[in-house]
Amino acid sequence: MKINTTLPSHYLAYVKSIPLLQKRTGKKRTTQKQSLHPFWAIVQKEVSDHIGSWRFIILLAMITLICFGSLYIAVNNLPEALANAKDPNRDFVFLKLLSASDGTLPPFHILLGFLGPLLGIGMGFDAVNSEQNSGTLVRLMAQPIHRDYFINAKFTGALMVIGTLFMALSFLITGLGILVTGQMPMPEEFLRIIGFIILCIIYVAFWLNLSILFSVKFKRAATSALTAIAVWLFFTIFYQILVGMAAKALVSPGLSRTGYRVQKLLVTLLDIAPNRLFTDATTTILVPSVRSLGPLSIQQMQGAIPSTLSLGDSLMVVWPQLTGLIAATVACFAFSYYLFMRKEIRS
Amino acid sequence: MDNKAPVIELKELTKQYGTLTAVNKLNLNIEKGEVFGLLGPNGAGKSTTILMMLGLTEPTSGYAGVCGYNATSSPIEVKKRVGYLPDNIGFYENRTGLENLMYMARLNNIPESEARDRVSHLLHKVGLENAAEKKVGAYSRGMKQRLGLADVLVKNPEIIILDEPTLGIDPSGVRDFLQLIRQLSKEQQLTVLLSSHHLHQIQQVCDRVGIFVNGSLIAKGDIPTLSKTLFESEPFMIEVEIKHPFSITGHPLEDVLLTMEEVSGIKEVNRKIHIACTEDITPVIAKTFVEAGLDILYLCKKEYGLDEIYQRYFEESHENQYHIA
Repeated sequence: MKINTTLPSHYLAYVKSIPLLQKRTGKKRTTQKQSLHPFWAIVQKEVSDHIGSWRFIILLAMITLICFGSLYIAVNNLPEALANAKDPNRDFVFLKLLSASDGTLPPFHILLGFLGPLLGIGMGFDAVNSEQNSGTLVRLMAQPIHRDYFINAKFTGALMVIGTLFMALSFLITGLGILVTGQMPMPEEFLRIIGFIILCIIYVAFWLNLSILFSVKFKRAATSALTAIAVWLFFTIFYQILVGMAAKALVSPGLSRTGYRVQKLLVTLLDIAPNRLFTDATTTILVPSVRSLGPLSIQQMQGAIPSTLSLGDSLMVVWPQLTGLIAATVACFAFSYYLFMRKEIRS
Repeated sequence: MDNKAPVIELKELTKQYGTLTAVNKLNLNIEKGEVFGLLGPNGAGKSTTILMMLGLTEPTSGYAGVCGYNATSSPIEVKKRVGYLPDNIGFYENRTGLENLMYMARLNNIPESEARDRVSHLLHKVGLENAAEKKVGAYSRGMKQRLGLADVLVKNPEIIILDEPTLGIDPSGVRDFLQLIRQLSKEQQLTVLLSSHHLHQIQQVCDRVGIFVNGSLIAKGDIPTLSKTLFESEPFMIEVEIKHPFSITGHPLEDVLLTMEEVSGIKEVNRKIHIACTEDITPVIAKTFVEAGLDILYLCKKEYGLDEIYQRYFEESHENQYHIA
């Protein structure tokens, strides 16, 4: 007991006698504010680099343009869409704002599926190789920081910018919707919009990681940009054509069991393209009446009333797409991480 | 200076890229406060050695110890104590010099207010206080190099490693830069490792020199020692040119010269006669030529500087017959 009572005061006196600690405890608040962890110092620099760069400003302008373009059409189209008694989605005013279209311009989420990759690629294609070529990478690596801080910070910084961008845009649209319609979003709508934002961020993060991967792999920024754009074009244009050609060649016109299997496989192939995953997922989230993404048999459709799904059910439908996108993102990041850690960093 | 343990200790350090051996069984100790020059042609393995010392490249075998830490297994500890100026240093060109240095200070976890003081002090020291707010993109090559030196010093290092620091700077800039390095090393007891292929610059600042060829350190020591070991047999060389037509070979004078005790050899190179001597007998030789009635156009006593040392080592290394060091 005696030891227990005396020891703390001794210890306290000892602690107080150390000048360094005294200073620290005395200035605790200020020092905490002053020193930033080196990792966050890199992230901070990345974020400010992105925001100040012309590239980002142009991409931002483009995204904002398509956002407000589709919003304009959606707003014009809104009374008509809401008056349609046959539409089970007519109660979801704010989801309509994000997904409705009269056919002149694709709805916002489809456009984003097309242009989101460009944003991701634009932010990541020269992440590593430009720093290596300009000689700043060696200088950075000569500082007492872990090597992976660099690549992690590149990813985190860009992700923070993308996240903020999509949050701001979506909430801006919602806010405008409140002004235009005079209604308040329902909690379910709000949650669906949040889900949509998360999906957008993951989707752009996938393309960001892919382009970071190329920026580790290729020495020249132009090569990595072109490769990333080639992958993007392949999935948006040629992939469908290729699968379509394969379908024509393989599937015989008659109805047979193998023919059905081949067709199913081809549909699955189409479905796993990243932009398809994104479009499917966002459509399900934004249009509550979507109840299946695959083909349904007549038996399955029998007795179904055209109504909306609850958020939980929509999430169930969309779960494979979501995990697929996350898996692709993580795989790209893991591979670029691996490559970067083994990279010869001299320029 | 009180502890005798070397601050840089390389033992049998080897790096192989496939079949190419970039660095071959390197042994080197550098003491605290020393300015050591690593001299060698391009591609001799100097940069690779430096990268291994910083733990940025893994050695194939051997040990690289810096400040008592193993550079391969604990690079962070090493990098806390070592400032490194790479050969083609790069800065964020759209940031100011001050911002670039502040960024490095943040990466070294230096508190903001302290960093600000230190950075402005360093910028003043390298003579960039007026350019601190300018973007680095507008800096000249020499300014960037000086900013690089300030950058290296931000973390208050014990050792600074400079890889080809004088590349691409004009001669007066080089002189100032080297003086700055020398001054810093004396003021702050810094250990400096300087790599270069410019002999004269190394000669100006370094206490000791290591000559590096094809991945091996073929000689090390201070310059007098190096020249002594190398030119032990013929420390003096007198070069004479006689009005043409004249050839020493077969001339009676050749025998006269060769009978002299101090003369160890005579060669004719490009119409000039090279007389190798064990002692300085320039006046005697001049007199001999004049007395023989020959017209001397040119007479010069050659001294061996780093140039000759360098040349000699390269000649030897090309013939693969060096057994020195």
